[in-house]
Amino acid sequence: MNFAVIVFPGSNCDTDLFHAIKDVLGEKVEYVSHQEHDLEGFDAVLLPGGFSYGDYLRSGSIASFANIMPAIKDFAELGKPVLGICNGFQILLESGLLPGAMKRNAGLKFICESTPLTVEHNETMFTNEYEMDERINLPIAHADGNYECDDDTLARLEANHQIVFKYDDNPNGSKANIAGIVNERGNVLGMMPHPERAVEALLGNDDGLRLFQSILVNWREHHAVTS
Amino acid sequence: MVKVKVYVTLKEGVLDPQGKAVEQALLAKDFKGVSDMRIGKYMEFYMDRDDHSDRNIQSMCKQLLANPVIEDYRYETEEVVHQ
Repeated sequence: MNFAVIVFPGSNCDTDLFHAIKDVLGEKVEYVSHQEHDLEGFDAVLLPGGFSYGDYLRSGSIASFANIMPAIKDFAELGKPVLGICNGFQILLESGLLPGAMKRNAGLKFICESTPLTVEHNETMFTNEYEMDERINLPIAHADGNYECDDDTLARLEANHQIVFKYDDNPNGSKANIAGIVNERGNVLGMMPHPERAVEALLGNDDGLRLFQSILVNWREHHAVTS
Repeated sequence: MVKVKVYVTLKEGVLDPQGKAVEQALLAKDFKGVSDMRIGKYMEFYMDRDDHSDRNIQSMCKQLLANPVIEDYRYETEEVVHQ
């Protein structure tokens, strides 16, 4: 499987993602500049965390107009996996690939800590290796992670089982404790917690690894090797 | 030239954590009667007279300057003569 890690000016979790895919998951991965226009040959697209364009105007707002974004939208239209983590989630919101928006954390502080989550939905291409309602811990590191949407949108997210991760102990004021959501089709996931920072037990936590394994398992199911 | 001034604030009904904190700080400093503090953004720029239109500015606000999911915007324009 071939993963693309999109690199925007100000991305700073791109190397962690690259390492998680190449060295831990053991799959192919390439960096793709925000200036590129196509994603030919890739099976999954990862938008890393960081502070693209210095978070100017709003987190993710400038990056959502990057050259690569139309290609990411086309990629998502094809039903292929797109994962946005932290700033990547903010970019997916700003670009309209996911509903809602981020506000400043309710406590106004930048929060950097491990946080307990519940897997609300394990039948997605991103969470099939988790148990339903499984409790996991993943690191968060953000100032603008206070998820907001109107009540109609929230009702739709709930009705369509689009809420994938919820905070157990809401650290940032997010509506309905939302930590991660997918689009209606289920192939675009945005989440504030960082699974790529939790892929090795030796480094303290590997709760995030199964997210990447889930993507791989799903891909293999749809691309059964014929010999 | 036309000078455009754009004001962006969180929508009514959307909790504004920064506004709340600053309001509390004012009250703590004994400024009485302060309520509903909203913190927003102010942007100003110039446009050529020929390029400027309400439709154009509204489109800028909707597409980039404000996020319509959580923010409202308003703007003012004034004619200016550049030196």
